[in-house]
Amino acid sequence: MQTENYLIRKPSLEKLFNNLIGSGKTIFAPKAKGKLALFDNVKAYGEITEDYIVTANSAKSVVFPRTEKLFSYHKSKEKTEITDAANSSFPEVILWGTRPCDAAAFIPLTDTFNGDYKDIIFNSRREKVLLLSFSCNKSDDYCFCTSVNSGPGNTSGSDVLFTKLPGGDYLAEVMTPKGQLLVRESIDLFEPKPEEDKDRNLAVVANRFNQKEIQAKLQNLFENPVWDDKSRACLGCGSCAYVCPVCSCFDIQDEAHGNKGTHLRCWDSCGFGLFTLHTSGHNPRETQSARWRQRILHKFLYIPNKSKIAGCVGCGRCSRSCPADINILETLTSL
Amino acid sequence: MNELIKKAVALLESDSVQVIIGYAEGTGTRTRAIFITRTADCENLIFDSRCVQNLAVYLTKSEIKKLGKPAIVAPIPVLRSILQLAVENQITENDLVVLGITPQSELVDFESFAAIEAFLSTHQIVIEEKYQETIREIKAMPVTERFAYWVKELEPCFKCYACRAACPLCYCTRCTVDNNQPQWISVASHPLGNLEWHIMRAMHLAGRCTDCEACYNACPMSIPIHLLTKNMLQDVTENFGTYGPSLDKLNTLSSFKPDDKESFIR
Amino acid sequence: MSNQNIYIPYLMRIEKITLEAPGVKTFRLKFENEQDAGTFSFRAGQFGEYSIMGVGESTFCIASSPTRKGYIECTFRQAGKVTSALALAEEGDIVGFRGPYGNTFPMDEWKGKNLLFIAGGIALPPMRCVIWNALDTRENFKDITIVYGAKSVDDLVYKDELMEWRSRPDVKLVTTVDPGGETLDWKGEIGFVPSVLEKTAPSAENTIAIVCGPPIMIKFTFPVLEKLGFTEENIFTTLENRMKCGFGKCGRCNVGEVYVCKDGPVFSYAQLKLLPAEY
Repeated sequence: MQTENYLIRKPSLEKLFNNLIGSGKTIFAPKAKGKLALFDNVKAYGEITEDYIVTANSAKSVVFPRTEKLFSYHKSKEKTEITDAANSSFPEVILWGTRPCDAAAFIPLTDTFNGDYKDIIFNSRREKVLLLSFSCNKSDDYCFCTSVNSGPGNTSGSDVLFTKLPGGDYLAEVMTPKGQLLVRESIDLFEPKPEEDKDRNLAVVANRFNQKEIQAKLQNLFENPVWDDKSRACLGCGSCAYVCPVCSCFDIQDEAHGNKGTHLRCWDSCGFGLFTLHTSGHNPRETQSARWRQRILHKFLYIPNKSKIAGCVGCGRCSRSCPADINILETLTSL
Repeated sequence: MNELIKKAVALLESDSVQVIIGYAEGTGTRTRAIFITRTADCENLIFDSRCVQNLAVYLTKSEIKKLGKPAIVAPIPVLRSILQLAVENQITENDLVVLGITPQSELVDFESFAAIEAFLSTHQIVIEEKYQETIREIKAMPVTERFAYWVKELEPCFKCYACRAACPLCYCTRCTVDNNQPQWISVASHPLGNLEWHIMRAMHLAGRCTDCEACYNACPMSIPIHLLTKNMLQDVTENFGTYGPSLDKLNTLSSFKPDDKESFIR
Repeated sequence: MSNQNIYIPYLMRIEKITLEAPGVKTFRLKFENEQDAGTFSFRAGQFGEYSIMGVGESTFCIASSPTRKGYIECTFRQAGKVTSALALAEEGDIVGFRGPYGNTFPMDEWKGKNLLFIAGGIALPPMRCVIWNALDTRENFKDITIVYGAKSVDDLVYKDELMEWRSRPDVKLVTTVDPGGETLDWKGEIGFVPSVLEKTAPSAENTIAIVCGPPIMIKFTFPVLEKLGFTEENIFTTLENRMKCGFGKCGRCNVGEVYVCKDGPVFSYAQLKLLPAEY
């Protein structure tokens, strides 16, 4: 659809929030927690922080919860009954304050859960999510969105993208019919589009590498000392994967309570030794460096070779959260 | 830290050790662990107040053990972990060279684990007053309120196990949570699963934890899990009179005394 | 299928349990829902996720032939959490099954060729599916040779079927056990599969070799086959990476650019050579 641009004044933005809360919508937005900002359920506009580059956790859990019921069962002597979790009613969720990188991440994430086998639980959740993103007006050395075809004002994935203008008002770019609907419902809050140039109000994120070149290099880099070198300090936790907005590997687990129980999907990470361990004790990825290599190859070779886009949006969360200061950008630029 | 660099060079040159585990500049203002195998790289070694990662965690990692005998840069928290690892028979004196760093940032040699213990006896673990205050407040809560407090605090936990991975004392090759026959702890990170994990973690560290805060520093969600281990440390001290690692004592919770205060054990 | 929850299993009733070897059982499973039985179909080489509700799912191939309708069979060794729970199940019990998943052995392309099956231990089940498929459409293939080995005589699975194959004039069966695994009345070969294969020396002329077994057996069998003149394109095997979902989403069985569950589990040696050795 044709993009629609509007101006929304600072006080109107708060009114928009209140209209949405008033209509019973669930809103997730960045909330301050110590030095961090975390996406969390918010009820009042005052709970939202503006002081963040990206949140520490990603927004993926609204479509891919860290623990999610796939079905439940009830066993009796005569029969086993299954209750399909796909028949549940999934909540309408508004993501308020996603960054362009967060919104972009929904594209590869949606790819993974579709293809030959469509995951209708994921899709039902995704359909009910509205992304109200805010352009970045600051960045740090961990950001590299511009190197993976995104940017501080990139609109892809967002329903509406707000860009803060001098004086505190916002440019609103309405990208989707869903976004349009939202605007129609509160049309009195929106004014004709401002003259102000969007790009001048965006953070500068330097281009750090050429994704196509990295992809080409990785083709022949399976055996290389760089994997050992860059992963030596790796502690083998799953922090990088769990804060990543694109990572979607999972485990399937059953939980029983007497003759009833649930079949759950839980986040998992290729960084864990257990991820690939066979019952026999054989492990195809025996070392932490093999696991780090898998993480890089999956995001920058396997996914782009299949679906043209990278499995990374350059948000830098993995590097920021790594307890051993392992930096994905450093690995990529040293190849 | 010229002295540290000189010492590291000497150790590598004489082949007394094959790798120096130390600190180097990281990204931004961060520092990071560095594993030096060539004398030329020793100049990257640094030490200052930013160097808080507990390097003792690497002493039991197979990837690091492969590099050969290490010398490890060891400020007080690392020294405590080394001593506790020694108590638990995970390392012996011949396994490593300890490059101790005093609170005044002076390099100090330790000839033996006993020397480390003697040194640490003058640097006892002190739980800061602010934490003691918080722990008192939590303990004063009625049970339901305290339960709700922890459910809320642990809510952001998604079980990345960074707390476990960063802890020098979580060296088990297969953690209880990773065992599934039987499945003691739920794999899921729902409220119950999160509680189970953090209670189990704190219990397994009771009487062992040396209060280095590596778990808290590693947590990507800044969950105050160190309050649990700090509290265990206080409880063990109050009830069993030990405080920190000691070579001639077994771990409090894995040792038996005929006069134990708990009747069930007698 | 597109509007259905892909994680929901079929409910299957265990019709028959056969004890094959110590710790190894075969289940014959029938669909609880008649309709499912009618619409379900699979091809040789495919696998599924077998489950005990409340315990979990485990991945094994469908060990019966697609030519035998109305049921499926699986053979498993009791090893982990789920297989231990499955081993406790009794005839008449309900288990879950999701599938079929994965690619298939290109049997249509093998018409008019000789088939050489080489299997070790518990890896005969994926091959049994192909063997019966070939035997049930015997006219499509020329010579059929089976080389099968196990640790000991006791560990050989499908003992009745081995006897049946041995008695058939249109099958050449060579069985072997590891040195020390023989019994006093053992009449087969003694030795590891690769060396027995070398001794048997089947002709590579117009022949497809299908190899299933533990990684160590596969590693030593491929060079023997190459020595016998088999080309990479004419050697097939199945990979057995750890899996959870079965349809290329959970990430576990990712090896290079393939998901073993979706792009495999059947690979030719030529395809295998292009993959990093993460299996």
